Amino acid sequence: MVSRLKQLVAYALSPLLLLSFVGQNAHAEDAHASGWSLLNMPQGVTSVSNDIYDLHMTVVWICVWISVVVYGVMFYSMFAHRKSKGYKAANFHESTTVELLWTIVPVLILIWVAFPSTKSLIELYDTTEADIDIKITGYQWKWQYEYLGEGVEFMSELTTSEPAIYNLEPKTEFYLSEVNEPLVLPVGKKVRFLLTAKDVIHSWWVPDLGVKRDAVPGFINETWAKIDEPGVYRGFCAELCGKGHAFMPIVVNAVSEDEYKTWLAEKKEAAAVLREMAKQTFTLEQLMAKGEVAYNRSCAGCHSGNGEGIPGAFPALKGSAIALGPVAKHLDVMVNGVSGTAMQAFGGQLSEVDLAAIITYERNAWGNNVGDMVQPIDVLKFKQGQ
Amino acid sequence: MAHGPAKGIGRWLFATNHKDIGTMYLWFSFAMFLLGGTFAMIIRAELFAPGMQLVKPEFFNQMTTMHGLVMVFGAIMPSFVGLANWMIPLQIGAPDMALPRMNNLSFWILPFGFALLASTLFMEGGAPNFGWTFYAPLSTTYAPDTVNFFIFGVHIIGASSIMGSINIIATVLNLRAPGMTMMKLPLFVWTWLITAFLLVAVMPVLAGVVTMMLMDINFGTSFFDAAGGGDPVLFQHIFWFFGHPEVYIIILPAFGVVSAIIPTFSRKPLFGYSSMVYATSAIAFLSFIVWAHHMFTTGMPIAGELYFMYATMLIAVPTGVKVFNWITTMFRGSLSFETPMLFAIAFVILFTFGGFTGLMLAVAPADIQYHDSYFVVGHFHYVMVAGAVFSMTAGIYYWLPKWCGKMYDETMGKLQFWIAFIGFNIAFIPQHFLGLAGMPRRYADYALQFSDWNMVSSIGAFMYGAAQLLFLYNVIRTIVAGEPTSEEKTWEGAEGLEWTLPTPAPFHTFSTPPEVK
Ligand code: HEM
Ligand SMILES: [Cu+2]
Repeated sequence: MVSRLKQLVAYALSPLLLLSFVGQNAHAEDAHASGWSLLNMPQGVTSVSNDIYDLHMTVVWICVWISVVVYGVMFYSMFAHRKSKGYKAANFHESTTVELLWTIVPVLILIWVAFPSTKSLIELYDTTEADIDIKITGYQWKWQYEYLGEGVEFMSELTTSEPAIYNLEPKTEFYLSEVNEPLVLPVGKKVRFLLTAKDVIHSWWVPDLGVKRDAVPGFINETWAKIDEPGVYRGFCAELCGKGHAFMPIVVNAVSEDEYKTWLAEKKEAAAVLREMAKQTFTLEQLMAKGEVAYNRSCAGCHSGNGEGIPGAFPALKGSAIALGPVAKHLDVMVNGVSGTAMQAFGGQLSEVDLAAIITYERNAWGNNVGDMVQPIDVLKFKQGQ
Repeated sequence: MAHGPAKGIGRWLFATNHKDIGTMYLWFSFAMFLLGGTFAMIIRAELFAPGMQLVKPEFFNQMTTMHGLVMVFGAIMPSFVGLANWMIPLQIGAPDMALPRMNNLSFWILPFGFALLASTLFMEGGAPNFGWTFYAPLSTTYAPDTVNFFIFGVHIIGASSIMGSINIIATVLNLRAPGMTMMKLPLFVWTWLITAFLLVAVMPVLAGVVTMMLMDINFGTSFFDAAGGGDPVLFQHIFWFFGHPEVYIIILPAFGVVSAIIPTFSRKPLFGYSSMVYATSAIAFLSFIVWAHHMFTTGMPIAGELYFMYATMLIAVPTGVKVFNWITTMFRGSLSFETPMLFAIAFVILFTFGGFTGLMLAVAPADIQYHDSYFVVGHFHYVMVAGAVFSMTAGIYYWLPKWCGKMYDETMGKLQFWIAFIGFNIAFIPQHFLGLAGMPRRYADYALQFSDWNMVSSIGAFMYGAAQLLFLYNVIRTIVAGEPTSEEKTWEGAEGLEWTLPTPAPFHTFSTPPEVK
């Protein structure tokens, strides 16, 4: 009965209400509901996200009841007190009692809201006693995840293809919310996130975890999540960070503890293999082939696929002094970046193999023809020599 | 009268008459409104469907940035300065503004400020692309070179605002007619007086922050560059110390307009005049101490979060008082619904809705989810468009007959109102849903689950845009071919000195001060 009543009120009243009654967010793993049913905040899968949801609903309902009164009086006078009906205006224009009343009652309501808000905020800020520490670094325009103390780290970037974005190919289910490698986390463990950024400010937001925290260059922010249910949870970068802002999604894959352990072991294994590969020597063809792939993934965003850059914003590499000049300088720019510009330090982001391949590619593609090669071992030596 | 306006273009270039300057401000701001509106239409057209159709992401970012800057600094703020120029002398019985030559200067530098800003659209590197809040280091180290034009543009616009406000303060404090005591001032004058103090206090802060950017970009300082020992979050503190009062700078004069219109069409005096004055002052004071509610996700210490949460919640109280007073003014009045009243009522309804979402945003833990999502975009369009722009529209319809001695077409006015009202809600209600469902703001493209509501929102936005063309047409038609009226009191319920003057208001008014009892 009460809920019937609420529904009726909801239908009759302000659009604000739409939030409250349609958004019964059935949360299934990776169910991403289709358009029309998206009306409310997800309840999410952590205690924090649930607290936030409850707070949100409390305030929504407070607003609803206040609006019933306020809009009610207003609509009543708009219907009953019309000049066209011959209604004569009263002449009152002051009442200290009434003024006091509508100052004090809102204050009391706000105090009532302040209690649960304070409590959730304290919980949200309690980053102590974590089981796992993950360092999250924002880059233009991808995320790096580092499992602290495990020697595992990787880049997570968008896999949606350019033709799909420009409507030349059909869009698939997870258009713009799919990545090459998700962040894998175990359920039931308290995970602490340490956030920072390498270039501009980004913000790591996964609604289902109730987490949004800015990644600020030069500073480390902390927050945490303890996921209750296994599933795939998707999110986005929330702070404007340049032209790729909409193209650096987040995917979290929450799995059981056992699965997590297996996965972590495999990742450690793979990291060892990669370190081994850095000692090999490659042919020019091999480097060019690898370089083209890696360039298109990591560099083309700014310097564009044909090496011509974007005039006025990002320099061309085709015919550039650095790509055609001494290897040492080229290495320096790639590994350490150029401070004060958008050119990042890729030394910590890419493997030695990829760095070597990209440098070789840049020196020999689009009509650049220096003819020399850079081997992974050269990159390693350069890094160690610093 | 001694003499009329000068002839030819000189009348406008060398204008010192408050009415002429007011008129120029109003037309200029309308031009900016159309320009900013064009940017908005481009944004909504691109977001009509997922995928990039019309523009590239880099241009999209330029559009969101320019839309925000032009609307806030070019459309809304100058339009209220224009209204102040026209109405404050008429409402306090003054012959003109206190500093007429400065008035000329403060208007005439504006077009140059915006020319600087807009010229970047045609330069290599493009227009500013870092959002109207221009957070460092995206707006410093990572900005296109054209950012320097933006910085100087902001300096000029800021100087104009400061001069405008000093003029208003000087006028209100010194040129009131005999008997016009402070507590008899019409609310529009009161809200503008308080706004002017806010402007004088915070525009220099804006100038300061852009100057620090200029230094970081060109002269090797590191205010906002962590690599040199600076702090990007410091930028946000300074910006929002300007930015939060700024949002009240935008809304307070709008409160004043609505407080004039509602009593007129309710044929009943404003309820709680003095509490309105106190509430406005309280809002102005509180607006200085809540700025970091825009920064709940930056990782402030918890003590800071709690303080800014409580302080922000408090602002809802005086805001509520204003709404309750307007509604009680309507209660047991004798209401009629001409176009200005329709816009004023819509203002109260929709602004209140924006106040509700403001209250939600004030709750810091919940703001973790709302922040930087479309929910915030929904919130501030309810307070800024349905707030400031609706009230401005109401004000123009309300005083237009007094200004030009012609009556606007009521049917067309009402038609415009309904298209604007319906279009506005279709455009912005869905943005709340999008935000709650997880769509971040300033996104050039989005995941498929957001498609439906984005399409709805775009359709609403186009409707709202069309209503503005109707508005332009209706105003021009009124001036050119409206039905002449010479009634002193256009509206039977209107009170105040401006309605004691002949219609249309002569070039010089109150050369001898009126006596206010
Ligand atoms: C009851 C009164 C209000 C409260 C409690 C309130 C609260 C807030 C909060 C907490 C935010 C930050 C949201 C976020 O970024 O996460 C916000 C954003 C904003 N508010 Fe309000 N607000 C109120 C009224 C207004 C008014 C009257 C205006 C202007 C006319 C306004 C304009 C804005 C704007 C422009 C933003 C977004 C700025 C941006 O990030 O671009 N608000 N508001
Ligand atoms: Cu604010």
